[in-house]
Formats: sequence, structure tokens, C-alpha cells
Amino acid sequence: MKVTFKIWRQENRNTKGAIKEYKVDGLTEDMSFLEALDHLNELLVLKNEKVIAYEYDCREGICGQCGVFINGRAHGPHDNITTCQLHMRSFKDGDTIVVEPWRAASFPVLKDLIVDRSAFDRIMEQGGYITAKTGTAPEANAILIPKEVSDSAMDVAACIGCGACVATCKNASAALFASAKINHLNNLPQGHPEAHKRVQEMTYQMELEGFGSCSFTGACEVECPEGISITNIAEMYAKYTKAKLFG
Amino acid sequence: MKLDSKIPEGRLEDKWRNYQIKAQLINPANKKKLNVIVVGSGLSGAGAAATLAELGYDVQCFCYQDSARRAHSVAAQGGINAAKNYQHDGDSVWRMFYDTLKGGDFRSREANTYRLAELSAPLIDHFVQQGVPFAREYGGVLVNRSFGGVQVQRTFYARGQTGQQLLLAAYSQLYKMIRAKKVKMFPRSEMIDLVVIDGKAKGIIVRDLVTGELKRYVADAIVLATGGYSRVFRLSTLAIGCNGSAIWKAHKRGAFFAAPSFTQIHPTALPQTSEAQSKLTLMSESLRNDGRIWVPKKKEDIRKANDIPEKERDYYLERRYPSFGNLAPRDIASRAAKERIDAGYGVGRLKNAVYLDFRHAIDKLGIQTIKDRYENLFGMYKKITGIDAYKEPMQISPAAHFSMGGLWVDYELMTTIPGLYAVGECNFSDHGANRLGANSLLQASIDGYFILPNTINNYLAGALEEDIPTTDHIEFEKAEKEVRVIIDRVLNINGTKTVDHFHRELGKVMWQECAMSRNKKGLEKAILQIKTLKDEFWSDVKVTGSGNELNTELEKALRLADFMEMGILMCTDALEREESCGAHFREEFQTEDGEAVRVDENYSYVSAWEYDEGDFKLHKEELEFEFVQPSVRSYK
Repeated sequence: MKVTFKIWRQENRNTKGAIKEYKVDGLTEDMSFLEALDHLNELLVLKNEKVIAYEYDCREGICGQCGVFINGRAHGPHDNITTCQLHMRSFKDGDTIVVEPWRAASFPVLKDLIVDRSAFDRIMEQGGYITAKTGTAPEANAILIPKEVSDSAMDVAACIGCGACVATCKNASAALFASAKINHLNNLPQGHPEAHKRVQEMTYQMELEGFGSCSFTGACEVECPEGISITNIAEMYAKYTKAKLFG
Repeated sequence: MKLDSKIPEGRLEDKWRNYQIKAQLINPANKKKLNVIVVGSGLSGAGAAATLAELGYDVQCFCYQDSARRAHSVAAQGGINAAKNYQHDGDSVWRMFYDTLKGGDFRSREANTYRLAELSAPLIDHFVQQGVPFAREYGGVLVNRSFGGVQVQRTFYARGQTGQQLLLAAYSQLYKMIRAKKVKMFPRSEMIDLVVIDGKAKGIIVRDLVTGELKRYVADAIVLATGGYSRVFRLSTLAIGCNGSAIWKAHKRGAFFAAPSFTQIHPTALPQTSEAQSKLTLMSESLRNDGRIWVPKKKEDIRKANDIPEKERDYYLERRYPSFGNLAPRDIASRAAKERIDAGYGVGRLKNAVYLDFRHAIDKLGIQTIKDRYENLFGMYKKITGIDAYKEPMQISPAAHFSMGGLWVDYELMTTIPGLYAVGECNFSDHGANRLGANSLLQASIDGYFILPNTINNYLAGALEEDIPTTDHIEFEKAEKEVRVIIDRVLNINGTKTVDHFHRELGKVMWQECAMSRNKKGLEKAILQIKTLKDEFWSDVKVTGSGNELNTELEKALRLADFMEMGILMCTDALEREESCGAHFREEFQTEDGEAVRVDENYSYVSAWEYDEGDFKLHKEELEFEFVQPSVRSYK
């Protein structure tokens, strides 16, 4: 299999980048998209060129570290997967594949396809936790949690923090990411005591980091590898209003 | 040097309590004056960093990923064990202890293993309090399921994403303490060397992965929480970045390496399909609760799985191990799969897989129940293979998965270098020669949250009187200079082969000779092959770019250089142990029907290797079984 990659190259944060073209032969349909890039990198080394920098770690769709724009879509042509789960069988022999880093002002490019997503960590720092020291917990079954509540908390707790929601949003909004954590914790009894504070502080940090507002286009839920629903954002804002009124 | 495991006095049930009663305490005002470095931000690292910070210590935490939330604990799927006996099925701390000790084929310490079981129940309380959405019954109580090597239901889970949920809980607690200014987090920072001053661990050299800058950090104690090293096989279920460099550097600075060859090969990963493959994705062991494993009775049967009638299928685990069946422990299930594949009964395009079939479970329980239990795993399987496992069986194959071996630690989790601790998968402590499913998240959490914060005081109390060195100390200078020399050397070889080429070659040798089945001749050959490969690497590798920038190729090269040395030690260890135990199967030591033969009279010890100028010197920690009589491990 033979394809033409058009890939964003950028030395570092302070330099300008540009798209560069690479014709690559010797690929197979079984290869994952990242393995195709690995293959290209080996060819570049042998040609005495610097390798393309891109991110990955687990390569099984759970760590959230990989993530690039492929032909104009976050994580490539399919809905609800990560970049590492994309395989070359999704492309045709002779295709041109355009690869760019996440596009969002709050995710500055560090090099080539690697961006800085530490803004997400700073949102988490503002209450994306339950204040409970090690050693202070009551017996696990002392607090009953109905299956439906636990299941819906799990639906949103599944967020892998990849940033595809931000990258695909025309406003670069982090609302889906923030709402996932807020709804996970605020809907569980353990998270209730800090619920009002949490929703206000996390959303405030979201604005400080320069993420845009949500205008409910629904683009994010299409790309979210965990299929987290956009209704979570509405729920988050309802919680926010409630916190402002009663918090 | 005599290895002192520091096992406390008393009955098994009292040892941990006796330890805590006698352990030194440090008053809160003094804790503020002490600082600890934690390398790694996975379940054990983040748990340790957050808890030490809560106790009042100043903590600096490092990880190579872009965020602490990426650590590979995230990928554990199936669950975490705890002796809660919620299912009323006869479980107890003692039974869990015994299952774990037996699962490890009597090659771990009784006291450590007991403590693991003892602290498991409060750990579940802890995670529930932190907001982990474990699976629940309609009435609101917690649910359990079974895992391999066990006849009770003691595994707690959050769908097939238990590791992710526990890690995110630990990560959130870490960030809670970052906000409290008690932890300073350094992502994209890789430990490149350990600094030992006057025999004590005092600092680390770190490479900033964005700028390439080498930085020095000093502390009163250092905790390594750097995970497993099974990427030495290249193809494994581990994340691509997982590496053994931090513990290897510590080993070269004096920390003994225990049982390096004890590697778990997981029976249910996706098979390799091409040479370019970088990763073998794991399918959770929990699938074996409802899936049945089989191969065709006829060799090289080319029919589709669903076209092979029931009586022409060999459910080999059920046949060989009727009492545990498909839930036989991992080492046994992997070896049984290898036996069938090697004998020519493998399935799939490369004939390197076996079937994991859910048809019976779907017929019996209905598709919805199976969906509730495993939907995300089936979804993942479809994304990767394009196959719908609700309609046809999965194809699975064994893959390198977990390192039981690691830095030797005593009961306090301290290595042989005073002030250097190892927690989680990077140590050797509780799993012996084979780890039971769902005990990994458990050990990582318990080491980090419960044990280390209670044992590190004993050392730090003494550190209060000592002056902390500055980073200008001659040992820091020396270590940094050595690192610089290695980096320059790698960059200047300018040879003809890529780093991945050498990693593939190393992986092939290790997989062939030091994985599921080992023998003397093969191991001797492997050591020579790896030495040759190492020489070739240092004369013919090509790494482009410089050391003063983000350079992923250089990162890979430095990790691989350590993996090659580690591979030699792993083979040396496997060669030395002339018995079969747990995951370590020496072909010379087996019964007529292919079961492992343990040799307790000669090998009832933990091998602990000392680095000696490129060679390795063996020390033995004899295992004393005071409370349990080691028996032949049978799952028949």
C-alpha cells in the first residue's frame, strides 16, 4: 500500500510551521495509522532527517495521549475512536492523508504534531477531585449508590482527556471535558459536599485557560472516543446555575 | 552483603500491626522540612505522592508522559481483588493470601503476601470514597466477579476500565495536593540517572523531554514507581513508552534486582499480524468468566470457526484442568495455548491464535447480559480487528504483560540502597513467580497509599539530623557528566540501522528464549546474541536530531540501550534457576504431561542480583514458610 502524507512540521513553539509532503510505500492494511507513521520515521532516519514528533503511549485507546487531525477530522475518518485505533484499511491505495496537530489556542504546539494539553490538568486541579485523605474512608457498602447513578457516573468518568472535543469544536470549547468530570463527581453522593464549589471553580478555570464557549453544535460528541454525550454540557450548565443561586 | 527482609515478629495476622506499633513517627512540624522525590505517576506513584503530601512531606513527582493521567495503570481492564467476602462465598484474608501465594508458586514472602490481602478491603473503601464508579447491583451494593486461579468472587470492577478509574482517582488526589502546593509535578520529564551520596539515595538526573535540558533534583528520599519492563520483548501489552531505565540505572548504582526473569505472559491478547506491529492489545482476563477457549481437533483446519461442529472442538483448558477450566491462572493458560499452537492447531491467518468463544454464554444468558459485562471490550475488539465477537469467536494469543521481577525490596519497600524505595510493578515483592489477575492494581495501590507512607518515616526520621546536599555536589556533577557522555555517544554513532530495528531483534531473541518456555541451550545462546546485538547497536545505530530538543528517537534509543543490558540479566536469571515455577518454565523440568516441576530443596529463594561492572553477582534471600506448607501447585 502506498500513500502520500502531508504532515505539519514545526521545530518548536516559537517557530513557524508548514505542511511537508512524504510519499510512503510498503504499508499494509493491517498497520495502525501510528504504525504507518513509525514506518515513515524509520525511513526518515535512514535518510538522515529528523523524525516527525507525534504522541502516543498505550496504543489501545485508553491513555488519551495520541491525537491528531487526519484529513480535517480529529482522530481520523471514523466516529468515536482514538488515533491509535485507526487502521490503514480505512484508507485506499494512493490516498493523500493530511495530518495536523490539534488546533486550539489553549493547546499550543510544542513540536510537529505534539501539543501542550496541560490546561486540562489545571482544570482538574480546580476541584476535579473529592477531598478525602487516605485512611478516612467509611466502609464501601455503607453508602448505597443505585446502579443507574453509578452507571451514568461511569459513562462520563470514562473520559480519556485526549482533547479531541476541543480540537474539533469551532470555538475550541472544553465544555465536554469539564462537564464529564463535574457530572461524574457531582452525581455521586461522595461528591455532593463540594458540588457547587466544583462546578464554579472548574468552569472558571476553563475560561481562564482561554477555551471558548459551547454553542451546542454537537461536533464534540461525534469525535469523543468514549462517546460522551453533549447532554452533559447542558447538565453542567444547569448545575452551574443552581450553584450560583444556592451555592 | 546479607539481605535483611526486615519481616516483623509475630503471627502472620499480627505482623503489620506489630510493625506499625514499633515504627518511628515524625511530628508534623518536622515533616514539612523533609522532601521526597517520586518517579512515576501511575497508581502507585500518584497514590504515594498524594498520600505523602497529605501527611505533610514536600513531594516532587516526575513522569515522562504529558500528564500524570496517562500512566499505564490506565490500561488495566478487569478489576481489583479484595477480601471483602461480600458474595458470602467463603472468602477471607487468609484465603486470598493463600491463593496469591499459591498463584505465585511459593516464590514470594508469606508476610508480604499476607499484608497485601489484609489491606485489600480498606482499599476498596478508599476508592469508593474517592468517587470510583465501581459496578453495582440494583440495590446499590457493590458487585464482584471471578478472576483466574481463584474459586471465589472477589474482583471489583468498573466495566472493562477499572485501571483507568483507579488511576484517575489517584491522579485527582495528586492534583488536589498540587493545588495545596504540597506536590510539584514535572510531566514530560524522564529520570536518566540516580545520584547516590555517601551510600544513600539523594537525587536524580532528569531529562526535560521538551527542551532536552538535563536537570538535577535533590531529596531526602527517592521513590521509584516506574512500572513494568516487559517492553524488553518489544511486542507486549504495555504502553510504548513503558521502560526499565529508571530501575536499571538504580540497579547500576547498587540496588539489587530480584527475579528479573519472572515475566507474566498473558493468555488473552490479540495476536501479532505483521512485522510492523508495535503493540499487542490485551483483552481482559474477565472475558474468561464467560468465554470458552478452544482450538479445532483437526490440525490446520481451514473451516470458519462457526462451521466447526461442537464435537470437533478441543476445549483444551477444560480438558486439562477440569476444576478451574477456562479460569486457570495466566501462566498455565498461556503455556497451554502455546502447546496447542506449536503442535499445529493454531487458528487465524498466521496460525498463531486460539478461539475465545462467547456463543454458549450468549445462548444461556442472552446478549444483553454479555453486553452489560463486556461491551467496551467487544467494541475495542471490533475497532482493532473489524470482527464482531457477538457473532464469531475472538482470536487471541499470549503476549508479554507483567514483570513480577523488579528491584529487590524489604518489608518496608526499601531497596538495597538506603533511602531508595520501589513501589508497584517495578519492585519484586508480592507476586512470586506468577501474578494472579486483578492483583496488580491492588499491589500498586497498596504500596503507594498504605504501605510506603507508613514505612518511609523509619528512614526519614534519621534524615532529619542530616544536612541535605546541594545539587552542586560532586556526585551530581559526575552523574550528569556520565549521562551527557552516553547521549553524545548515541547521537554520534551515525550508523546504518534504526533504533526500532535493534528493538525488533532484541524482542525476537527474548520472546524465543526467555518467555513462556526456556531451556539451558537457548538461554546461553540468547545471552551471546544479545551481547552481539548490543555491540552492533553501539557501533551501527542511527539517531537523528540533537540532544537539545524534543527528540523521540533519542528517547527510544536511551531506553533500548538499557533494555539490552536488562535482557542479558533476565536470561542469566532464567538460566540460573534450574526448576520450573510459575511463569518460569524450564523445559528440562516438567512432568510427562507437561506440568511444571518445582525444586524446593534447591530453589526456594528469591534471586537478588548485584551489578558488578557489566557482570552480575547472585545473592539469595531464602524463603521461609512458617505458616503454609508449599504444595504442588495443581489446578486440575
